[in-house]
Amino acid sequence: MTDGFFAMGGYAVYVWSSYGVVALVLIGVTLWTVLAFRRAKADLRALEAIAPRRRRRDTKESGHAQS
Amino acid sequence: MRWNRGEAILADATATANPSGGFWHRLANPARFQRLAGWLTPWLAAAAVGLFAAGLYFGLYASPIDYQQKDNVRIMYVHVPAAWLAMMSYSTLAIAGFVLLVWRHPLADVAGVAAAPVGAAFTFLALVTGAIWGQPTWGTWWVWDARLTSVLILFFLFLGYIALRNAFDEPERAAKAAAILGLVGAVNLPIIKFSVDWWNTLHQPASVTRLGTPAIDPAMLRPLMLMAGAYMCLFTVLVLVRMRLELTRRRIDALQSARAGAIE
Repeated sequence: MTDGFFAMGGYAVYVWSSYGVVALVLIGVTLWTVLAFRRAKADLRALEAIAPRRRRRDTKESGHAQS
Repeated sequence: MRWNRGEAILADATATANPSGGFWHRLANPARFQRLAGWLTPWLAAAAVGLFAAGLYFGLYASPIDYQQKDNVRIMYVHVPAAWLAMMSYSTLAIAGFVLLVWRHPLADVAGVAAAPVGAAFTFLALVTGAIWGQPTWGTWWVWDARLTSVLILFFLFLGYIALRNAFDEPERAAKAAAILGLVGAVNLPIIKFSVDWWNTLHQPASVTRLGTPAIDPAMLRPLMLMAGAYMCLFTVLVLVRMRLELTRRRIDALQSARAGAIE
């Protein structure tokens, strides 16, 4: 039964290699996309954590100059 | 620095959009788009997983063998939907290009950038699984006939779009050039579709999308449609996530250049 299933009536090489390459490429593209998005979100969070501090300092400096 | 003007276009379009205006105008607001896409993604991903499971079960196991091709016919369930998705992906580029050039919708370029690599992947799969299917069926991996050659050109169009999109320093010009390529390249789509009718070819003509009843056994149509649905859901998920990725990258670039400007 399982022997027959995996043998694919003698076409095992063709059937399994086509399904294999599809799995490889689709899983690969999905992982690449998800990991890149996660990295970008982390980078943005890191940047945004720095940015407001600098902005606050900027307004303080300008306020100081005016007084 | 790279995305400064892109961000400017984005902000501009959001500002000029009628606040009570239509769906597309409201979508022009990247924050709204992000929220909608973020909500849709897990549902579509779950649908893709379910459809893949059912499609693989019926495609590999619970479907009859072809009287000529025997088990080899199972390659159809991964090959034909890949070719459909390749065409659909390129249609996305063409529509995105049209929308960008005519209405200058800021998300159109983002959609094109997101869809191009996914489309290239599906086109690659259509070509490779087609070659693997061709060897036992036709006795050859490849022939330079109209169908196969036009799909190979489609693959190069995706690569060209990606290369062109990255070839300019100025994002506005890059977006415009890529949009034009996407639009012009769309002439290839009817050539692919009708190549099997217009020219002699080893490739078999359409059996599902022809007018009237499909010339395919319902037991074979089921895994074909399940796999097509799975591919479609996966494509949409990938494009939505890649659009959010692109928007995030643009924001990073804008913040970085703002910081560089503040330091100077």
